[in-house]
Amino acid sequence: MEMEPASSSGSSGGSQPHSMPSRRSRAFYRFTQQNLPACKPALTPGLVIITFLLLGIIFVPVGLVCLHASRSVVEIVDRYDIECIPEQYQSNKMSYIKDSTISKDCKRDLKVQSHMKAPIYIYYELENYYQNHRRYVKSRSDKQLLHGLKHRDTSLCKPQEMSNGLSIVPCGLIAWSLFNDTYSFVRGTTAMNISRKNIAWKSDQDHKYGKHVYPFNFQNGSLIGGGKLDPNTPLSDQEDLIVWMRTAALPKFRKLYGRIEEDLNAGEVITVHLVNNYNTYSFGGKKKLVLTTSSWLGGKNDFLGLAYAATGFSFILVAILFALIHVKNPRPQGDATFSSWNRKTSAR
Amino acid sequence: MASGRPLLIPSPKTPTSPEPPPPPLPRIPSKSQNTSISKHSSSSSSHHPPPPPRFPSRRSDSITTSQRDIPDSEARFVYINDPTRSNSPTRLPTNSISTTKYSLLTFLPRNLFEQFHRLAYIYFLVLAAMNQVPQLGVFGRETSILPLAFVLSVTAIKDAYEDFRRHRSDKFENHRTCSVLSSDSQFLPTRWKDIRVGQLIKLHSNDAIPCDMLLLSTSDPTGVAYIQTVNLDGESNLKTRYAKQETLKTHSSSSSSTTAFPTSGLVRCEKPNRNIYGFHANMDIDGKRVSLGPSNIVLRGCELKNTSWAIGVAIYTGRETKVMLNSSGAPSKRSRLEAHMNRETILLAVLLFLVCSIVTILAGVWLHVHRAELDYMPFYRKRDYSGKEVGKYNYYGIGWEVVFTFLKSVILFQVMIPIALYVSMELVRLGQAFFMIQDDSMRHEKKRFQCRALNINEDLGMIKYVFSDKTGTLTENKMEFRCASVLGTDYSNTLTTQEEDDDDDDDEENNNAYTLTEDGQILKPRMRVKIDEELVQLLRSGNKSEKKKRACDFVLGLAACNTIVPLVVETEDPRVKLIDYQGESPDEQALAYAAAAYGFVLVERTSGHIVIDVLGQRQRFDVLGLHEFDSDRKRMSVIIGCPDKTVKLFVKGADSSMFGVIDKSRNMDVVRATESHLHSYSSIGLRTLVVGMRELNSSEFEEWQSAYEKASTALFGRASLLRTVAANIETNLQLLGASGIEDKLQDGVPEAIESLRQAGIKVWVLTGDKQETAISIGYSCKLLTSGMTQIIINSHSKESCRKSLLDAFTMSTKLSAMASNAQNSVGDAGSNKVPLALIIDGTSLVYILETELEEELFKVATVCDVVLCCRVAPLQKAGIVALIKNRTDDMTLAIGDGANDVSMIQMADVGIGISGQEGRQAVMASDFAMGQFRFLVPLLLVHGHWNYQRMAYMILYNFYRNAVFVFTLFWYVLYTAFSLTTAVTEWSSVLYSVIYTALPTIIIGILDKDLSRKTLMKYPQLYGAGQREERYNLLMFIFTMLDTIWQSAAIFFIPLLAYRHSTVDISGIGDLWTLAVVILVNLHLGMDVFRWNWLTHVSIWGCIVATAICVIIIDCIPILSGYWAIFEMMKQGLFWFCLLGIIIAALMPRFVIKAFMEYFKPSDIQVAREMEKYGSLNEAAANTAREIPMTSFANANQRIP
Repeated sequence: MEMEPASSSGSSGGSQPHSMPSRRSRAFYRFTQQNLPACKPALTPGLVIITFLLLGIIFVPVGLVCLHASRSVVEIVDRYDIECIPEQYQSNKMSYIKDSTISKDCKRDLKVQSHMKAPIYIYYELENYYQNHRRYVKSRSDKQLLHGLKHRDTSLCKPQEMSNGLSIVPCGLIAWSLFNDTYSFVRGTTAMNISRKNIAWKSDQDHKYGKHVYPFNFQNGSLIGGGKLDPNTPLSDQEDLIVWMRTAALPKFRKLYGRIEEDLNAGEVITVHLVNNYNTYSFGGKKKLVLTTSSWLGGKNDFLGLAYAATGFSFILVAILFALIHVKNPRPQGDATFSSWNRKTSAR
Repeated sequence: MASGRPLLIPSPKTPTSPEPPPPPLPRIPSKSQNTSISKHSSSSSSHHPPPPPRFPSRRSDSITTSQRDIPDSEARFVYINDPTRSNSPTRLPTNSISTTKYSLLTFLPRNLFEQFHRLAYIYFLVLAAMNQVPQLGVFGRETSILPLAFVLSVTAIKDAYEDFRRHRSDKFENHRTCSVLSSDSQFLPTRWKDIRVGQLIKLHSNDAIPCDMLLLSTSDPTGVAYIQTVNLDGESNLKTRYAKQETLKTHSSSSSSTTAFPTSGLVRCEKPNRNIYGFHANMDIDGKRVSLGPSNIVLRGCELKNTSWAIGVAIYTGRETKVMLNSSGAPSKRSRLEAHMNRETILLAVLLFLVCSIVTILAGVWLHVHRAELDYMPFYRKRDYSGKEVGKYNYYGIGWEVVFTFLKSVILFQVMIPIALYVSMELVRLGQAFFMIQDDSMRHEKKRFQCRALNINEDLGMIKYVFSDKTGTLTENKMEFRCASVLGTDYSNTLTTQEEDDDDDDDEENNNAYTLTEDGQILKPRMRVKIDEELVQLLRSGNKSEKKKRACDFVLGLAACNTIVPLVVETEDPRVKLIDYQGESPDEQALAYAAAAYGFVLVERTSGHIVIDVLGQRQRFDVLGLHEFDSDRKRMSVIIGCPDKTVKLFVKGADSSMFGVIDKSRNMDVVRATESHLHSYSSIGLRTLVVGMRELNSSEFEEWQSAYEKASTALFGRASLLRTVAANIETNLQLLGASGIEDKLQDGVPEAIESLRQAGIKVWVLTGDKQETAISIGYSCKLLTSGMTQIIINSHSKESCRKSLLDAFTMSTKLSAMASNAQNSVGDAGSNKVPLALIIDGTSLVYILETELEEELFKVATVCDVVLCCRVAPLQKAGIVALIKNRTDDMTLAIGDGANDVSMIQMADVGIGISGQEGRQAVMASDFAMGQFRFLVPLLLVHGHWNYQRMAYMILYNFYRNAVFVFTLFWYVLYTAFSLTTAVTEWSSVLYSVIYTALPTIIIGILDKDLSRKTLMKYPQLYGAGQREERYNLLMFIFTMLDTIWQSAAIFFIPLLAYRHSTVDISGIGDLWTLAVVILVNLHLGMDVFRWNWLTHVSIWGCIVATAICVIIIDCIPILSGYWAIFEMMKQGLFWFCLLGIIIAALMPRFVIKAFMEYFKPSDIQVAREMEKYGSLNEAAANTAREIPMTSFANANQRIP
């Protein structure tokens, strides 16, 4: 890098005004003559090699650190949507899930592979569930969530908009399809304490969901899509709803259910009592329960670490390649013999 | 007079009018009249210069046309002094003008209508309209219109501002006042806008003319008025206009007041038209019918000069005036780059179609596969159970859903075709134009460069052919008298004597010749001329030799045989006045100044006589007759009555025509000597004229006089009759001598041509001059060199043309074969080819252009390095440009200064006007205008290169920028069951090309420089980048698109994989994608920036910061679903690692390829950039590295100090 001398285009001179009254007008003159001081970065071989090397040297360790962080996360994933259906309903899952008379209780044993440090996050994971489907995403009324019935225009909420002439609070497909499986955990013989508070974003609770909006007519329709809400709790305290309403970005997603505030030891088996209410069978969705610790980087995901390491490694390779070619076949910088008009004549 | 320039499209100034005009009022000057005139003029000359003689206008129409009756249906009836009747039955427009395009009411519809001529806008409008359909709504209703509205309003504001400025100037014009005859026969001041057709208007000296008027009466008893037409056609010399004798007669008979005029009469004139130089009409006045021509009208935009008053009747007013009808803007051209851009836009449209089709097909398949599940699927729910009857919710069957998906995807991905690019391009061109205008190296005597066309800036960087006019373009068109040959003696020793006495006036003798005193006042010719001492001595010597007499006659001929009008101009020194010779031909001016320098000062000219100060002694010569120059005779003549009662005929003209009428028998030696002098003059590039004379005896004179009188009063065929009269009298002349006038080359022309040649630009010179002059100028401006083989084609038939072209072609192929043979054997790379020069004249071109021989000419001309066309007519100039333009893809540029260059300027891809001596017509027709030919070098090599480079990069970058965004959206659609959800908020997608990324590309499009001015000027070869279209071509487009796909994949898939098992919501990851794509495209731009100045820094970093702020603001609105998402994202380390990873991974391939290409396969630009950076180090090395023969480049290097 080097600063271009401001007077570089001396050839433009000749008619340069003689009197330059102030610095400002001189700066403006320089501007009009397109002669502003500027930095001209150039890719010299040295710079290129050093850049690549440097990037490589930074990226490989960063990748390894990320990988380490990801590896330190302990995760238990249990898919239960199939297993939780009794034998006789395996071939006809729909009739099972639709029949409210059948008990949906289900018991799952989870084995802890290695020590898990509190807090342990409980997620439910849905797959093949397009929470990001256009029809679904749009089917909500954020104004109604905040203002309740005071906000009347809920046309976006169709087909879950009105019930008996009043708009459903909260309206829309998203709220209607609220996830309603429940989990309780038993460690040995004692029920575990699960924290179900503070699972939603504080900002949502404070500003996005009304403190005086009550779901008084929720899930009253002929078709029940999912969970019910306590009509006496304002929306701002319905954390499950708030979590659910943050529509997931991808068709396979996790949502926070609660936290276990105690460590789990390796080899331990904990029993999950779950109520398998939520119907994903109609469209082949999968349901999983996830218990995981977290690291500074988030959950378990090797991708970023691997990607960084691989990129860093390839940078080093490129640097070596470039250096090799450079040594074998150097080209002096700024040598006019490499310009096309000289090459043409010398080629003859 | 004999400027030798060819005739052209109607222009008042070209001396070679095709129709030598008849004097409208043929009148043989009689003694009595002359005295009266002279009295009048001398009385007024205390304030005004003596009025020039009433010479016929060169532009008056021929008898045949003016006598033609105008059918009533095509005529306009103007009742003099009766505006009411003139305006019935149809009301004619008032004189108020409106150059504004819009009114308050019509602005919106008209402006929008004009803007929607751009196809792309209609595309966006249709998409925005489609988005309003509920089934298709992808964006919110308001947001979908926003980009288009933004683009439209930016342009609309620009248009409105321009229109407002026009409105203001219109208002100023309309509120000017002039005197109009009111109903009570008084001239009252009236606003211009209130002038009506038929009203009588009185003008005073220096008044601007408010509308097109027919002159009825002037202060001059002969009805002459002088006007200056500088605003109309840029010519600063005065032109004469006449009131008809008949209307003047009314003046003397009807009233005794000093300013009388006809107050009734009927004018039948043609309907308003835009021909400035044509007019026909007739007038019924006092029971007589008088025909009127263009010399009888004065046009709006001119000024009355040297005439104390003039009265006329308004015939065309307001928007029907000729100047308004002619005020159309420069023709709009479309740049080559933009044409290519449209090709790529179509490719992008195909790509868009493809992407949409993929989405549509996948969506159809998905719907088909899941068709049974759609009813209850929580995220689809095609049935609505809320009502009493189960209805379908927003579902129209799979077929319609597929159609809707397609249309929706088009709406979603519409930015694939970058709408902002159109506005950016306009702004960038505006900025580039600003810099071109501001550039001091293209400024000439306060005259700045002008950009008249705003949309072809970048074409300047791709020029391959330059077609140049000669006179006024390569040369200054300031004629300077250089040599004289008098009676076979060469007096050309003027070059040496002058250098010393330029600075002071100690040289008494010389000064005597230059100045003369009158009533204690010193009169000086405005221009000094270098004179030959010997001739001065001869003229002043007392001897009465024949030689001296003839020499005097020669100089007298120079002083008298012209149409120059001397004007006396005041100077700062009250004692000194300057004589300014006003004339239509610069050659004549030069001759008159030369005569003055030799002591024959033309002091006064009136209708009937001229006063010449002959060596300090005032003498009066009666001008008895004048035969105008015409292109057939190629000479002019005057018949003057000398004080010694002899009548002399002086003729001057081109040598070819003069030697035919010279009595060679009298003095063969003189003729021979003069011929050889002429040859030597023209070989050093001088324009030559031959002067001859004859004394007429009284019988000859009377015979001529009666013939002349008869001819000039003839009603039909006046022009040819007069020509015959002239030809009859111009015989048996005695040769006096010849003059050589230097047409000075402009500064820096040879250097400029050399630079252009090195830049790979072929320079063709098209001139109206004769061949020898053209060739000599060719040598002096280094267009031709001695090493060149000249192919000269002068043919007079089609067959001989064909033959010479074939010969030329075989010769050229033979020569190149020889050259390559020589190279093969000797291996000498230096002498690669024998340079060829083709010299062809207008006569041959007549047989070649627009026939099948064009192809042959093209073949020959393209192998020649230099082409010189002489004696070409204006339309032939355009024909030659078309020859190249139609047969190749190469960009052509035409540069010229005169009206005869207009056709070629308009024909070429880029037309450049030189605002020089020859008026403004070329400038008006041009795309760019400048003061000097040499500015072509900085214009093309520096600005053209920059503009091309900038614009090419900007277009590619804009394509890339929008495509990256679209592909990022596209990848996401694949993960949303093809339902066209966007993770990026709709506001961000709207603001993306408007705020997030728009400014840097504009700033860089205006400011970035790949190479410094110095480098570009030093190595003209660098210009080749534009000619080879290196910076923008299909291949680059394809590579850019591939890069785009990679980059968008990096943007999309890195977060996708990193957040695969997380709770991330749409808005959060959408914000990450938004920030990633904006930072990426801005850094991508930053990577390609050549020079980082503070503006670049501000725009790039500023845009990134602005984007972050916008994203944060959007996420601070509680009623949007993305509330607070960005903050939740930024809490996690993952977000930052993703961002960094995306940017590095996305830019890596490009960076690697760039580094490898720049290092191992450097372009010329790259090499030059390195030279710029390490130049000081390598200069010495380059000089020592002599093993590689460096031809032109080595030469260029040696010039470096």
